[in-house]
Amino acid sequence: MSAVPQPLTTREDRARARRARNLRHLVISAASTVVVLGGLATWIFTSSGWPNVRRDFFSSHWFTQSFGSVLSGFWLDVRLFLIVEVAVLALGLLIALIRTFDVAALFPVKLVCIVFVDVMRGIPTILLVYIIGFAVPALYLSGVPTSPVVLGGIALAMNYSAYVSEVFRAGLESIHPSQGGAALALGLTPTQALRHVIVPQAVRRVIPPLLNDFIALQKDVALISILGPQEAFRVAQIFADQYFNYTPLLSAAALYLCVTIPLTRVVDRMQARTRRERGGAMALGPR
Amino acid sequence: MSAHQAPPGANAPVLELRGVTKSYEGQQVLKGIDLMVSEHQAVALIGASGSGKSTLLRCIDLLEEIDDGDILLDGQPMTVPGINPVPFRRRLGLVFQSFNLFPHMRVIENVTLGAVRGQRMPAAQAREGAQALLERFGLGDRAREYPDRLSGGQQQRVAIARALLTKPRALLLDEVTSALDPELVGEVLGVIRELKEEGMTMVIATHEMSFARDVADQVCFLEGGCIVEQGTPEQIFTAPSQPQTQRFLARVLAGATI
Ligand SMILES: Nc1ncnc2c1ncn2[C@@H]1O[C@H](COP(=O)(O)OP(=O)(O)OP(=O)(O)O)[C@@H](O)[C@H]1O
Ligand SMILES: [Mg+2]
Repeated sequence: MSAVPQPLTTREDRARARRARNLRHLVISAASTVVVLGGLATWIFTSSGWPNVRRDFFSSHWFTQSFGSVLSGFWLDVRLFLIVEVAVLALGLLIALIRTFDVAALFPVKLVCIVFVDVMRGIPTILLVYIIGFAVPALYLSGVPTSPVVLGGIALAMNYSAYVSEVFRAGLESIHPSQGGAALALGLTPTQALRHVIVPQAVRRVIPPLLNDFIALQKDVALISILGPQEAFRVAQIFADQYFNYTPLLSAAALYLCVTIPLTRVVDRMQARTRRERGGAMALGPR
Repeated sequence: MSAHQAPPGANAPVLELRGVTKSYEGQQVLKGIDLMVSEHQAVALIGASGSGKSTLLRCIDLLEEIDDGDILLDGQPMTVPGINPVPFRRRLGLVFQSFNLFPHMRVIENVTLGAVRGQRMPAAQAREGAQALLERFGLGDRAREYPDRLSGGQQQRVAIARALLTKPRALLLDEVTSALDPELVGEVLGVIRELKEEGMTMVIATHEMSFARDVADQVCFLEGGCIVEQGTPEQIFTAPSQPQTQRFLARVLAGATI
């Protein structure tokens, strides 16, 4: 046998090449960022309309004047969002369970669920908020709430639970029937099999799409403003109409971003983790 | 046929099947199965793919509703229309070819779930019993892991432990080694052999002829949903009387099954 062949490249060679490549990447991305953002800023700030826009949308005076009320309006949005979300999760799961599993006694309920989901998914959210918010109080039904916040919340909950029930249903159907069989073989009742084996796995699988619906709902809460409650958008709008300055609308938008951007990042992370767990999707990059 | 004759010196029947039929979508999969499994006995079900072995085991565990016939557990009919199957399932253990462990639960939780939820065994007692079973099967240090971190052979041993914790009257094993790499088959068969020595009553669907020969007291050859021939391993493997059995064995043994 001949002597051990000399390696053509050494570990040091590779490490040096990798460092050089990383540095090149960093320099190029930094430079392009500066050029693009700088160009955009120059373009906007030198435009003839900028002084007016700055006065009407970025006024520090109106920001300090309005921020307190916009923030308290936003607090109403957040509370409503949390309550509606809990209702949506519960109702969505219930509808999904009724639709996925055949229980003879629940057949009429199942029909109602199918119609409910079809109708709710087919109507624009804003129309539903309008209809529930204005038509229900007009009926003068005793015992039915007339508060616009409550009615708006109900409209949102109905609309979103239809979407969320479809997400849950997909999750439930993705669990292989052999899991239920194994649970029954262990002596669990069908209800216990659902509760301990099927639902926990289904829920785990649909967390990322559920969070996407969370974010959408968090934004759509602003739709109840059409019914009159003083939530962030409404408060900002009143200011804007009164003083012809739109800064409060931008502060409301900024508040929304403070919630939705972190939520989005969380979803991205979870989706990446699910992909990793399923063993797919390697990051693409220079080889 | 002599299906109703208990073998000499056998104990009380644990399982008894009389004329069991089952069809899927009009296709008859079981065509009148008579079978008797006595206490401490191991009955092996052999037969080609699609002959109805899995279906038979699922019917015994009441996971499938039979069309006709009776299945009795300790003399009690389990297949009376409208009867609650859950208490009977609790007295039987079933292990699947594909393990079917619960991926969202740790090994120890997989093993205790049936005992704690089904039988209302106190959690501490269930954990203790589960840990003892896992130790016994050489898995004592894997109790806190999730099933996907285990090899196929280890997963199948967990599945057997899971079926055993509630001390079933009979254990039903459905081709428990056919999803395993050849080098992992031995460890699972070893566990079953041990259970047999302790007197566990078992019905074993298997493709491992040498194992069936070694561990079973009775061997049933199924074809097209019928028990074509039943007898001791000696009879079936050395002097099968039916031509179908002879053909099946010739084919399988020529295929050099381990
Ligand atoms: N859920 C089902 N729906 C329809 N047909 C089924 C179902 N389960 C089994 N069958 C049919 O019943 C017959 C017997 O199947 P079974 O799984 O019991 O055979 P087996 O002897 O266990 O085969 P294998 O050795 O491949 O496991 C097959 O023809 C199969 O196609
Ligand atoms: Mg089978």
